[in-house]
Amino acid sequence: MNTTDAWIAVGLTVAGCYLLKLGGLLVPADALERPLVQRLSALLPVALLAALTAQQTFGANGALVLDARAAGVGAAALALVLRAPFLVVVAAAVVVTAGVRALGG
Amino acid sequence: MPEQTATPSTTGANTAPPEPKTDRAVVRDALGVGIAVGLSGFAFGVTSVGAGLGLLQTCVLSLLVFTGASQFALVGALAGGGNPFTAAAGAFFLGTRNAFYGLRLSQLLALPRAVRPLAAHWVIDETAAVSLAQPTRRAARIGFTVTGLTLYVLWNLTTLLGAVGAEAIGDTGAWGLDAAGPAVFLALLAPMLRTATERAVAALAVLLGLGAFPVLPAGVPVLVAALAAPVVLWLRGRREGTVTR
Repeated sequence: MNTTDAWIAVGLTVAGCYLLKLGGLLVPADALERPLVQRLSALLPVALLAALTAQQTFGANGALVLDARAAGVGAAALALVLRAPFLVVVAAAVVVTAGVRALGG
Repeated sequence: MPEQTATPSTTGANTAPPEPKTDRAVVRDALGVGIAVGLSGFAFGVTSVGAGLGLLQTCVLSLLVFTGASQFALVGALAGGGNPFTAAAGAFFLGTRNAFYGLRLSQLLALPRAVRPLAAHWVIDETAAVSLAQPTRRAARIGFTVTGLTLYVLWNLTTLLGAVGAEAIGDTGAWGLDAAGPAVFLALLAPMLRTATERAVAALAVLLGLGAFPVLPAGVPVLVAALAAPVVLWLRGRREGTVTR
């Protein structure tokens, strides 16, 4: 990867991601009054976050793998069930993942 | 997280009505999310420099992109040898969810037009999750502002620290930092899973996302998984014998 390519990628990402954020906020309100649109926009974050969680837990270089991250995210899920604070949930994932790796997992 | 700390009754399967909430409680919830997620900028700084990006590029990403999943996706794709256009496309696809958060937030926050270009920069998973969990517009505005400000400052500060310290850290995987991302997403998702419909959407999204992951280019599987929302709505509409519109 050369520096110019990296800057092109950074520039495109900056512009694209900002326009997406702004676009959502600027859509006229009357376009959102249909119940279907409202229900869909409430459910889309659920779908996206669920998919992101799964992919970042089991995905690596375009393939699905089962490694220490699964144990870490499992620990995070347990912490959530036990109503642990946010930071504890994330810390549980990091510590357990590091621990499993240290044990050779 | 708002649902766990402030309103214990909303954990699990129920549809409890919104409870009155003090400004203090909203600020506390917002700070909890902002600080915890803001600190994970450290993992981004480490990952980005580890992927071969410069210190300045790493900091520009956190300052001007400011949507973690897209940033991680971009540096991951560049490290994997992707060209700048496909790498940016993956980051863009991951960022499309922010447009949907914006759809919801523009109603909820009712921002003046002049403020929107500035507020837009803070429209991300965490600010959306905190704002949408609030019972009133006032609480949503406080939640959005406090989460956005805390997260922006800390995310950028810890990105810088992580980037500077990347060499000293060595292998980021050995420290388990790669599990922070999915744990953050899971913590944001959990309070949203209140009804059977929401759980069905999440389950189908996981299946679609994982199924598409090995066969489609980076960033696209998440968009495929987004189809879970319309599919589940459509199936529900059919089962109830009414058209959902």
